Amino acid sequence: MIPYLEKRAEHSQAMVYASPFIALCLTLLAGTLLFSLLGKNPLQALYAFFVAPLTSAYGWAELGVKAAPLVLIGAALSIGFRAGVWNIGAEGQLTLGAICGGSVALWFYEVDSVFVLPLMMASGVLGGMLWASIPALLKTRFNANEILTSLMLTYVAALLLSLLVHGPLRDPDGFNFPESRIFSDSAMLPILWSGTRLHLGALFALAAVAGIWLLLSRTLIGFQVKVIGQAPAAGSHAGFSVNRIVWFALLLGGGMAGLAGLFEVAGPIGQLLPSISPGYGFTAIIVAFVGRLHPLGSLFAGLLIALSYLGGENAQIALNLPIAVTGVFQGMLLFFLLACDVLIRFRIRIRPVPGLRHG
Amino acid sequence: MTRSFPGLLANDRVDLVLNAGEIHALLGENGAGKSTLVKMIYGVLKPDAGRIFWKGRETAISSPAAARGLGIAMVFQHFSLFDSLSVLENIALGLEVAKARDNLSERIVEVSRKYGLPLDPRRHVYTLSVGERQRIEIIRCLLQDPQLLIMDEPTSVLTPQEVDVLFGTLQRLCDEGMSILYISHKLDEIKALCRQATILRHGKVAASVRVQGETASSLAARMIGQELKTVNLSSSGSRGDVRFAVDRLDYPAADQFSVSLKQISLEVRGGEILGVAGVAGNGQDELLSALNGEIRTTPASAIQIDGQNCADLGPDQRRNLGLASIPSERLGHGAVPGLSLTENTLLTAHERMDFVRLGFINYGKSAKFGCQVIDDFDVKCNGVQSEAGSLSGGNLQKFIVGREINQTPSVLVVSQPTWGVDAGAAQAIRLALRRLAETGTAILVISQDLDELIQISDRLSAICSGALSPALPTLEVTLEQVGLMMSGVNLSESMHAA
Repeated sequence: MIPYLEKRAEHSQAMVYASPFIALCLTLLAGTLLFSLLGKNPLQALYAFFVAPLTSAYGWAELGVKAAPLVLIGAALSIGFRAGVWNIGAEGQLTLGAICGGSVALWFYEVDSVFVLPLMMASGVLGGMLWASIPALLKTRFNANEILTSLMLTYVAALLLSLLVHGPLRDPDGFNFPESRIFSDSAMLPILWSGTRLHLGALFALAAVAGIWLLLSRTLIGFQVKVIGQAPAAGSHAGFSVNRIVWFALLLGGGMAGLAGLFEVAGPIGQLLPSISPGYGFTAIIVAFVGRLHPLGSLFAGLLIALSYLGGENAQIALNLPIAVTGVFQGMLLFFLLACDVLIRFRIRIRPVPGLRHG
Repeated sequence: MTRSFPGLLANDRVDLVLNAGEIHALLGENGAGKSTLVKMIYGVLKPDAGRIFWKGRETAISSPAAARGLGIAMVFQHFSLFDSLSVLENIALGLEVAKARDNLSERIVEVSRKYGLPLDPRRHVYTLSVGERQRIEIIRCLLQDPQLLIMDEPTSVLTPQEVDVLFGTLQRLCDEGMSILYISHKLDEIKALCRQATILRHGKVAASVRVQGETASSLAARMIGQELKTVNLSSSGSRGDVRFAVDRLDYPAADQFSVSLKQISLEVRGGEILGVAGVAGNGQDELLSALNGEIRTTPASAIQIDGQNCADLGPDQRRNLGLASIPSERLGHGAVPGLSLTENTLLTAHERMDFVRLGFINYGKSAKFGCQVIDDFDVKCNGVQSEAGSLSGGNLQKFIVGREINQTPSVLVVSQPTWGVDAGAAQAIRLALRRLAETGTAILVISQDLDELIQISDRLSAICSGALSPALPTLEVTLEQVGLMMSGVNLSESMHAA
């Protein structure tokens, strides 16, 4: 008996949706094995990782806090990935959004007005777009690979932020610590659920999911994204402009990442720090793929990955596990997902041992 | 032999007997199971059931290498050659035994001379015509001294002159005792070349006949199970004004693998079909893209639709002026395989048929349009929501042709309208084009199928190395003249002289 892969006549729609769940089960299995090898009780560890964080209302609110940037960026990135525009630099665009929005907050530090926050959000979006427009320009003018340019700009953005909080944006009363002032109240996001950190960004993430869903399923530009991603020649025959889609995808991804960055500094953090994100921009790539490049999928995947952040922290506290376990879980999930995706186009068959066949 | 694929019984108890020194035709529409049968003989596919006897002994052929070991060779329809290597290097790469490379160059020249296949071993493949490339494949096979040569639609890419050379070679091989299994659609070729024919239909042997006792139309009837409806050329009425005009259009090749277009001029009147013949790779793809706006050409005044200049407009803007086009590649160019038929209507019809309002798509309207196309053109599918990639080649082509025709274009440019399409669907497509012309549309058909062009076009020209010959009335032109046009000889000058 030899198992082998047989190509399906049409690719399986059922597997498109089942694959993330199979991948999740395999991740849990591998996690069990991993915890056993580390000498921990696997059930206890999995409980600490996946269940314990959600046993309190505060935990659920924290889930929303972590999921908001992931969903916001993941849903926007999925548009680009569908069009074959590989924006890997959302982390840098997020940083620029935080810098631009945060600068506005610091500029209007003394001003108490309802217009400060909307102005910050607009600057955050523009900052992210500005950063994403660099790979877009390089791609459309010089055919430079956007994977490389957008990724490298991430490190430039991180250094820029570091430069600013060590210099011009440093808190004048902050004993030379590399931090900005703590934002004034009018520059802080409203809290949705008092007693927690759940902020306005969560609603924006939901709105982004709905908006991007509508964009993808109902609008001409969403249709162009799908066509150019799947068959560029058909797009050219139809007269769709590839350059336009490159710009659109990068600006949308950059804008949403910038907004997410602003939400981080105007929400949970409340000031500019040398490091403002635990890699949300990169993790959002996993969110987009686990979510099947569908905005609603990004919502669920964002919540799942957010849970892995919380679970990692909790496992660190409760079981003394290294924080790297979070990254390992996220990595395994993506790994198993990509492996399971083979089953969309193929199915597993069992072949009898050769030689037993009758002619 | 029996072999099934998911959802399809491709070969159902197929019998085939080949004698030594015989050219045996394997005939059938697309999807009849010819390729499956041949792949089992050549060891590419394993049969589910059935036995192969080679020279009277039962043999299992487990791989193409095993087939070659037995003395079975095959020339595929699509060549596997490295463009940037020389003929000699390409042949050496295909040989399994390193020893066979000794004196290879001399042996190539010897074989090519013996069988009338002129070929210079030092030439690079990208400089060769398709006919010459095919010779490489044939010589590669002959160097292995095969006893059975399988040829998969070898003439689909050749000029009439090249076909004559090929037939001479095959006849000589057959006289030396080699068996040849000849796969083709083209009935007159089979009449000219083959003695025995096995005809497949829906995976079963429909008939096994002596070719001598058959006519082309009786073979066709056995192949498709019904009589062909022939297109009536004379029914086309009066010609209208010039609706599509191209004046000395130039396009420099983007790279060494594409063809430059040189001083292309043509005119198509309303109600007229202009046929453009030519051997593959002479600029057909570039011509279609230049005319529909996918690539930009010079000068800026070269292309006119109904008198309106459009050479600096993109494909969507030209479409709005009334120019529809159908590229030769269905999957990925004319249609997106992973999207539904409804979505595929949007590709070219969204503006002309008003499917989009304020950036939002009216899917109800486009689905209705898609259903209409499916009805009008008898597209077999599981409804308008099925993926384009799930349709057979013929049905998808009918859908694409119907999508353009139902938009009532004033000009239609179509490349290879029936490429890889079964005979029934091909005939339906040709009739549809003819009917569209009768409503006053100007149609340009680019095709490598000469029979097709002679059947449907009013005037005929040919493209050779990116230059287009002047068009001649189809009824007055002979097959030899077309062959000359396809090889770049300017006929109109010699005719004016006469």
